[in-house]
Amino acid sequence: MKKSLMLLSGCLLAAALPAHADGKRYDVRNPAYQAECASCHVAYPPQLLSAASWREVMNGLDKHFGSDASLEPAVHAEILRYLEANAGRRDTRAAGKPQLRITETRWFVHEHSEELPRDIWKHPAVKSAANCAACHTAADKGDFSESSLKLPKGVRK
Amino acid sequence: MRISVSLFLLAVASTAAFAEAPADFLNAYAQEAKQQNPGYKGPSPQQGQRFFTSLHGHEWSCSSCHTSNPVTAGRHEVTNKVIEPLAPSANAARFTRQAKVDKWFKRNCNDVLGRACSAEEKADVMAYLLSVK
Repeated sequence: MKKSLMLLSGCLLAAALPAHADGKRYDVRNPAYQAECASCHVAYPPQLLSAASWREVMNGLDKHFGSDASLEPAVHAEILRYLEANAGRRDTRAAGKPQLRITETRWFVHEHSEELPRDIWKHPAVKSAANCAACHTAADKGDFSESSLKLPKGVRK
Repeated sequence: MRISVSLFLLAVASTAAFAEAPADFLNAYAQEAKQQNPGYKGPSPQQGQRFFTSLHGHEWSCSSCHTSNPVTAGRHEVTNKVIEPLAPSANAARFTRQAKVDKWFKRNCNDVLGRACSAEEKADVMAYLLSVK
């Protein structure tokens, strides 16, 4: 009995784990998010910022990192709902304020601190840390697994 | 059965009614420009090209992301993401939906000029984009 209960709770736990349980795969297939946000950049996995951070990002779309990314109210509401529902549980605040850039979060900095050439973000094939797909070759599908990771030509460790 | 077929036809018809052709935008902007300025001489592809490839007091021109040869794919100036060709001759999906066209002119004119584009400017850009093959 005890054993089957344990088995059952194990299954429940597995089922409750989000899609990125294998570490680096996220579901980014929301059509509105894809259509509106992924036309200028990779559809960043919602899990990489907290709901508070996403709300802050969505509040400033008319000045979105130097660009006007404003949305119609209905689409805005739909995308915000999607981001909030799938936001990460990690606290992404700095100095008490929600962070807006994934690349400035403690998690991102930690993940990218080792084994990388120091000037990687400035390399012409990368240009910006926002350009995930330069190395994460399947980033557009939410796949950040090791197997799809490949440094661009000319970048050496 | 009959109902579902007619519903389907209705859906097809209404989609068709909402879809625009690139030339519709050129005509609409030119008409608007004419209304604003009775002396308006009509859209100019040359002026459109100049407008498209020039800076307008800000960091980017249209061509920063869409390239100065808009039948080819461009790249977003900051994120490096590929942007499919803008010229309708190279990309049939361009300028076929009013809402999408309105949205991108609003965003991109703000980025490039720091203001909305005039009807005349949009007519010129459309004339230029329709002229490149």
